[in-house]
Order: sequence, then structure tokens, then C-alpha cells
Amino acid sequence: MIIDLRQCDGCQSVGKPPQCTEACIGGHYAPEPMEWIQVYEADLPGGGTQFIPTPCQQCQNPPCTNLCPVGATFSTPEGVVLIDQERCIGCRICMEGCPYDRRFFNWGEPPQPAEAKLAQYDPENESPAYKGTVMKCDFCPHLARAGRRPYCVQACPNGAIYYGDLEEDLATNGSHVVAFSRFISENAAYRLKEHLGTEPRVFYIPGSGQQVGRDPRRVGRKATEWPWQVAPGSAQWRRDGAG
Amino acid sequence: MRVGAGWSVSEPAQARVHAPAEWRERLEQRVLAPLAGTGWRYWAWLAFLLVVIAWALYAYSRQLEYGLIVAGVRDRISWGLYIICFVFFIGISHAGTLLSAILRATKARWQLSITRMAELITVVALLVGALFPFIDMGRPERIFNLFIFGRWQSPLMWDILAITTYLTGSTIYLYLPLIPDFARCRDRLGPTAARWKRWFFATAALDWNGSAEHRQTLEAAMTIMMIVIIPVAVSVHTVVSWIFAMSLREPMNSTVFGAYFVAGAIYSGIAAIIVLMAVLRKLLHLEEYITRTQFVNLGYLLGAFTLIMLYFNLSEYAVTGYKMAEGTPFNFQQLMVGPLAPLFWFYILGSIALPGLIILYPRTRTVSGVVVAAVLALVGMWIERYLIVVGGFRVPLMPYQPASYSPTWVEWSILAGAFALFALIISVFAQLFPVVSLWEVIEHRGPEPVPEAAGVRGAGRLQVGPLPERSTL
Repeated sequence: MIIDLRQCDGCQSVGKPPQCTEACIGGHYAPEPMEWIQVYEADLPGGGTQFIPTPCQQCQNPPCTNLCPVGATFSTPEGVVLIDQERCIGCRICMEGCPYDRRFFNWGEPPQPAEAKLAQYDPENESPAYKGTVMKCDFCPHLARAGRRPYCVQACPNGAIYYGDLEEDLATNGSHVVAFSRFISENAAYRLKEHLGTEPRVFYIPGSGQQVGRDPRRVGRKATEWPWQVAPGSAQWRRDGAG
Repeated sequence: MRVGAGWSVSEPAQARVHAPAEWRERLEQRVLAPLAGTGWRYWAWLAFLLVVIAWALYAYSRQLEYGLIVAGVRDRISWGLYIICFVFFIGISHAGTLLSAILRATKARWQLSITRMAELITVVALLVGALFPFIDMGRPERIFNLFIFGRWQSPLMWDILAITTYLTGSTIYLYLPLIPDFARCRDRLGPTAARWKRWFFATAALDWNGSAEHRQTLEAAMTIMMIVIIPVAVSVHTVVSWIFAMSLREPMNSTVFGAYFVAGAIYSGIAAIIVLMAVLRKLLHLEEYITRTQFVNLGYLLGAFTLIMLYFNLSEYAVTGYKMAEGTPFNFQQLMVGPLAPLFWFYILGSIALPGLIILYPRTRTVSGVVVAAVLALVGMWIERYLIVVGGFRVPLMPYQPASYSPTWVEWSILAGAFALFALIISVFAQLFPVVSLWEVIEHRGPEPVPEAAGVRGAGRLQVGPLPERSTL
């Protein structure tokens, strides 16, 4: 995956919460308050901010799978890190190990709409969610098999997210196809916390939404919303433990 | 005597110390008194502990029903009181190893009247501490996945292996020196004693008759366990630290953690045995056998470990603070002037520096002074684990506001229940078994030297018991 931060304005221009996050929530029935792809707003050295959409980094040397005592989280031959919620014991050592804060726990009964319970569970789809287990972005392998792009890639109004196969050396945002290795070199792409040696499969092209006309001093993005009204307990389920 | 090819034990089969018969009879009377019967206060105490445990079970039932949402942990600070208590109890389990194994291996004799208590702490602390990872699990009913799908690459599996090994070893090590005392109880039981008691002591004593052959076998077994248990204990707290140190989070990503945790474990273990022996000495009137000697000598050990703890803290904070790499400024800020500062400074000043000074200063190096130092150390070491877990998780990984953690009534209730369970097992044990290793005190230690006899000026100096005549090692 390549995320072109020059194209990302945190959906300021469309006046909505980040569309990648909302599409991901809608497609996966992600329990509130999980944002499997979360758009962080980071300060820039000269003032102002940039938006960084952050899915699971799908590390090639993933700390989470090393730590898991039961092999409930694992790397697939296709190159994604998945979680089997039917095996997970809920010890959360993978959450301690993830240096990107990209793992989410079902602290109580997952706040999901009723239709989520109808799905046939599969680690490639993670629905329905199980209480007491860990979840995260799975790179939508069930969509890739059907020849479609992940929900977030489909939903980005600016085409900022490219998805493809490292071995085929191709990636697409839906309207353009790029040669992956050439594209990341020409645009000096980087990876988050490269120094940790986790070898993420998500690459970022530095930027602050300039190609879609964003002024970095225009800060703030709309808060993510969950499209269903469920689970009265989700208010006390904030990720930061406040409230 | 010879053990295997090269090992030999210094103690000959027959008793060395000639204990006065009157002293010996009084010791047996005193130590075995609780086994004969007890008052209503004991039962009231047990009832109180059971109420606390029942309340904790109710709290846990809420957690089973609703999930960990009833606890204060959330995604960003995803471990809390349960893991803190896990590390704390496993830490104090190192009391037994230090006192029984290390001191026995160095042929000290002054600790013989408290080794039983130390070994007891080890077993009970391991039993209670090992519950916490399971209490902390989101899906406790899937516990068998650890056996079906267990991966030896995971630090949690190392913990399970190390703790079960240590628990097995220390249970054997608690039992072995109990055998001659069981036999003593068996032989002393009057004809009016309850049948289950007679049956129990007769079975547990394994037909011990005190013969030279029995003694040789027992001492050989104790020597083997004494040597085996030391590396096992070191491995336990090393791998406990590795559930943190194997992560890439800033304050935990440290190579010093293994040694730091072992030192902290022994430090809190010494403190735990001091507190327990003060309590049991008072309740069971053991003042004649647990004297200032035991308190002051353990105080010296505690004092030595305050220096080791200071050294490890200096190593950790000087090395990271000098470089101020990513995450370190935030961690230093939260610990030293931020929301965790009261806890941090109590830990450094109140539970390491102050106990060290109490031991260092002769006028406070008294029984009560040592107990105060031990209580401070115990509280501080619990806080240290709080700082490592909560402080470690609180350092932001991404551009977000620092998270917060406030334990809920469920977590506090389960914590209270764990301490009550700890006290309950110790109390029941003290009622069923001699809490002082009678045969070792009688045969290898004898009456405690009276400090006054050495002169007032010498009272603060290290007291050593009768030394073995000659080391045959």
C-alpha cells in the first residue's frame, strides 16, 4: 500500500469525516470506537499539520505475530497479517508489541449492528466481532480475491491510497496504475518508524494535502461517526481510557 | 557425607549443636501450639478473609459476564492492575530462594528459624501471582489454546514454563525440610488428637525415623533442590521482565530489564519475609527464636539491595536520559514532574533511599526500624510495577493525546481478594504446619545468642550463628 500524503486533506475539502475510515467501518462493521484506518493529524516542523491515514502497517517483521502465544495472529503467504478471533485468548501482548497503536480490543460485547452477526466468520473478514479478542485492519483480502480494492482505497475522494502486490510491483488507486518500486523511489516514500526494523508494507509519500489545495495551517478534521446506533456501553469504551 | 560424585554436604548426620533439653522442649511447645488449637480470633480472621475473597469472586463474575469493559484498561493502556499484581507477587516469591537456597548454599545459620516462612511465601506468592494472567485474559475459557496451539516463540509461554517449574521446585523445597517436622508432630500427637490429624502427619512424614540413612537421603535431596532452585528463580523473573522488554515501546525496550527485575524481585522478597516474620513472631509469640539477629541481618540484605536498586535505576535513567531519544522526553516528563511524579519520587526516595538510610543509621537499625523499611520497600515495589506498566503504556506511539488509566472497583476488589487469598493460605498453613523448621533450628542453630552478652557496643554488628567446624565443599 502507498499513501500519497500530498493528496490527503483529511477530507476537509468534502466537509466530511475521513471517508477511508468511514468506508472501512461500514464495510467491516468495525465496532465503535475502532478506527482500523485512523487519520492522525501530526504537527509539521514549520507550523500547521499534515494528515496521516494509518492502517495496520502489515509489517514484514511483525512484532505482534512474534509475541502471540497461540498463533492467533499470523502472516499469510500473500503478505498480510491477520487475526483469528476464534483462537485469540485475549492476552493483549500483541497490543503491547504493536509500535503503531493499530490493534483494537473488544472490551465488552462488540458494538456492532445486528446484521454483522449474520456473516460467516473468517479471519479475512473479521465479522462478526468476538468479545474479548483483538481486531485490526486486515488489508481486505476477501475483496482482493474478488478483484476489488479495499474499502478505504475505494472510498478516498482524492485517490490518495494505492493498493497492489509487492511481487507484481504494481499498485492502483482505482484511476491510475503505478509501477510500485519506481513510484516510491521517485517520490522519496518513507515508512513509519523505519528505525524499528518492522519493515512495514505501507509506504508514505510525504505531503500535507498540497496537491488538493490544502493549506497546512487549516487544522482539524471532522470526527469519525459510526453509521449505526448500538451498544449503549460504547460511550465508556474510549480507546484512551478517559471518560 | 557424599552426594553424587563431587558434591558433599557440610552437615554430618548427627546433631551438632547440643541444645539444652529445656530450651528444646519450650521451642517445640511454642511452635507446635497453634497446631493443637486456636481461639475465636483466628476463625474471625479466616471469616474476614473469606468475605473479601467472596467479594473478589463476585467482581470477577461481573468481568466474566460483561468482559474487561468493567476494568479500567482500554486499548492504549491495555494492561493494568492485574499485570502489576502478577509481577508483584511473582517478585515476592523470590523470598524463599534467597533465604533458603542462597543463604543455605553459603552455609549461613542465622536464617534457619525463618526459612520455612520464606519458602512458604514463595509457594503462596507463586500460586496467587500465577492467577493474574488468567484473570487478565479476555477469553479465559480458551485457556487450553495455550496447550493446543502454544508457541515457544512467545514470552508468555516462557512465563508459563518458568513459573510452573519454579512452583513445582519450590513446593518440593518447602516439603522436604517439613518431613522431619511432620514426623515430630506424628510422634508428639496425643491419643486424643483427631484421627485425620494422626493420619495426615503419619502420611506426610513418609515413615521418617531419623536414622542416618534417612538423614543422608533428605540432606542430599535438599542440597540438589537448593542448587537447582537458584537458576530457576533467576529465570522466572527474567522472563517476567521479557513480556515487557520484548516490545518496541520506548521505556520497556531495554536490555537491562531482566537483571533489573531479578534485583527488584529479591528486594521485594526480602521485604515480604521481614513483614511476614514480624507478624507471625508477634501472633505466635516466637520472640525467643526470631530475634533482633534475624531482623538486622535481613535488614543488611535489604540495605545492600537498596544500593543495587539505585544502581539499576541510575543505569536505566542515566543512559536513556543522556540520549533523550524519541519517547524519552515524554517518559521523563511524566515520571519526574508529570502525573506520575508523586509515585515516582515515592518509589525512588521513599522506598529505596529511605529504607537504605534506615538500615545505615545504627539508631534506626532496630526490629521496628527494619520492619518500617520493609513495608516501605514493599509498597514502593508495587508502585514500581505500576510505573513500568502504566507509565510504559502511556507514552504515545502516534500523534494522539496521552491516555489515562483509572482502575475500577472490579480491579481493586480482585486485588484485595488476591491479598486476602495470600493471607488465607498463609494463615491456614500456620495452623496446620510448624512455621519454624524445628529440626533445623534444634540441630544446626541452637538457642539464639543473646545480644547483650556481646556487649551493647556490638549489638549492631552482624550476628552469625555457630559456624560449621570445617567446610568440606
